[in-house]
Amino acid sequence: MEAELVSRLANDLVWIRPELLLAGFALAATLVGAWLGDRVGGLLAGLCAVGLVIAAFFAWQMRPAEPQLVFGGALSIDGFSGYAKAVIALAAAATLLLGADHFARRNERRFEFPILIALSAVGMFVMVSANDLITLYVGLELQSLAAYVLAAFRRDDARSSEAGLKYFVLGALASGLLLYGASLIYGFTGSVRFDVIAASVADGGLGVMFGLVFLICGLAFKMSAAPFHMWTPDVYEGAPTPVTAFFAAAPKLAAVALLARVLYGPFADLEDQWRQVIMALAGISLLVGAFIALAQTNIKRLMAYSSIHNMGFALMALAAGTEKGASAALIYMTIYLPTTIGAFAGILAMRRDCKDVETIEDLSGLAQRKPWLAMLLTVIFFSVAGIPPLAGFFGKLVTFQAALDAGLWPLAVVAALATVISAAYYLNIIKVMWVNPPAPAFQSSGPTIAMTAGLATLLIFPVLVVGFGWVEQAALLAATSSFP
Amino acid sequence: MLEAIAFYLLAGVAVLSAFAVVAARNPVHSVLFLILTFFNAAGLFVLLGAEFLAMLLIVVYVGAVAVLFLFVVMMLDVDFVELKQGFLKYMPLGGLVGAFLLGELILVTSAVRGSGLYTDSPAGLPDGVTNAERIGRVLYTDYLLLFQLAGLVLFVAMIGAIVLTLRRRDGVKRQDIHKQVGRTRKQGVESKDVLPGQGLG
Repeated sequence: MEAELVSRLANDLVWIRPELLLAGFALAATLVGAWLGDRVGGLLAGLCAVGLVIAAFFAWQMRPAEPQLVFGGALSIDGFSGYAKAVIALAAAATLLLGADHFARRNERRFEFPILIALSAVGMFVMVSANDLITLYVGLELQSLAAYVLAAFRRDDARSSEAGLKYFVLGALASGLLLYGASLIYGFTGSVRFDVIAASVADGGLGVMFGLVFLICGLAFKMSAAPFHMWTPDVYEGAPTPVTAFFAAAPKLAAVALLARVLYGPFADLEDQWRQVIMALAGISLLVGAFIALAQTNIKRLMAYSSIHNMGFALMALAAGTEKGASAALIYMTIYLPTTIGAFAGILAMRRDCKDVETIEDLSGLAQRKPWLAMLLTVIFFSVAGIPPLAGFFGKLVTFQAALDAGLWPLAVVAALATVISAAYYLNIIKVMWVNPPAPAFQSSGPTIAMTAGLATLLIFPVLVVGFGWVEQAALLAATSSFP
Repeated sequence: MLEAIAFYLLAGVAVLSAFAVVAARNPVHSVLFLILTFFNAAGLFVLLGAEFLAMLLIVVYVGAVAVLFLFVVMMLDVDFVELKQGFLKYMPLGGLVGAFLLGELILVTSAVRGSGLYTDSPAGLPDGVTNAERIGRVLYTDYLLLFQLAGLVLFVAMIGAIVLTLRRRDGVKRQDIHKQVGRTRKQGVESKDVLPGQGLG
């Protein structure tokens, strides 16, 4: 009995190498940090970035052709989770690079930053391979709790504290909705395991449907899809900028992947019912993100609405309900992540007279003062607006294809309209940079910020464009191997 | 027979002390009555054969929550006379909510009784294994991962509390035993040549 337990445990532990690596790092780093203080903050951030890259490598390796259920079915290690984990880990590592310069020059480097990022990454890893409702909730809560603390990280700053508090209170509400939904689903299907729910979901009746809607609401809050987006602009504006870059990147992919896992796994049979909900969320997100962003002057708030708009595209792909839809959502997020990280690297480079500035006017005439930065930002914003031949265009293309293949042409029309509207404010930023009379020059940004901006731009053009076929294949394989 | 006596004793004291929580004038007495209520509820759980739940109730609610209440009541300067002023004003609404809850409880209980799902005796455990052992067996095997993840969530909460509240201030006098023991006579004692009639002033 014991020998069997131990061998089963040893087998299961091999499958969660990425999680173990990061959790182990977090525990060891806490000890080192408590001993040596904030002066090891930079070292720990570097180690954490290396750890995340190794975790990404491990996760990429673990994409079995058949889903592997470990820990009594609590986790499912499959192609989908492996793909999502690898991208999440790389995005989190990029955030650490952004944070290194930013916190060092403001002289507020603290060793807890990489630890919280690592633990949040563990939470996201658990989310994307969740195979029962308890794992789903625990993973989500681990990720969110670390995020609340990160939002309030600059505790002496009123806006940062406000961001943390707002995020925490509304996040708790969303968790409540999600748990209520989960309890209804458990009550009406008799199990928390996704595979068991899938078998009995058809005769669950109205109760399961109610539960599913609540579950979707909770997840929509976490991915900041309208109409559950109210917290996003304030939190994005108030949180320290590297933290905002983190929020805008990795957790979004994790939430989209989790939603895909829930919709395509246990609730695949209720497709006709949830499709309407997802379509509504997608349509509202696309329009809200496009219209309200037009009125923003603060570039961090603008990025918040931009992310709401972009979530609409991911949801549109998911609404298709096909394997192609799931892979399109993955591809879209894979391309969106470097774009948003690059944009935030640009925002972090906006520093004048030892102060970070964040209005769009501050970018005036950037092309004359810092042509390279202006070039990078132009590529990034053209990409997010969906201009060919940049990667963002291909991301939008696959989501449109997925939606049209599934016959969702009304949603595709809304998306096309919203894209045109959103292009207005992306192009406005580019116009401000190239046409307006120059404002005083920015200080030179740190080496890691410049490196991140450069790498992100290289990914957008030409790496992901040339390697698009490869990404598409990997995402499709991930979707087909995980959602039979 | 003995079981019935125990039940009515525990239930009666629980209801009476719950009433005393609301009725007591002194807030410290209220908290103490609350603890008595918890103990009696724990006794009721034991009667049902749920001794693990009873232990949890005592450890979590009495050991942590009620003691926290007691701390708050004793340490914060809350004016309870003022707090109780609105009592009559809120009474109708409170009574209404209470009546609704009671009605719903009665409805649910009678519905479950009528459906035949309900049995009078608590679910028996087959092989005499206690429920603490039963939970322990699955908690550290089947649910090991979730147990550890819950631990990580608490770890994040701990780090968060420290990150957001701990401030290192200068000039705080702390005991450093290493420094105390390492002090030599030279550092501590100084010899001065005192002139007669003038002192060190």
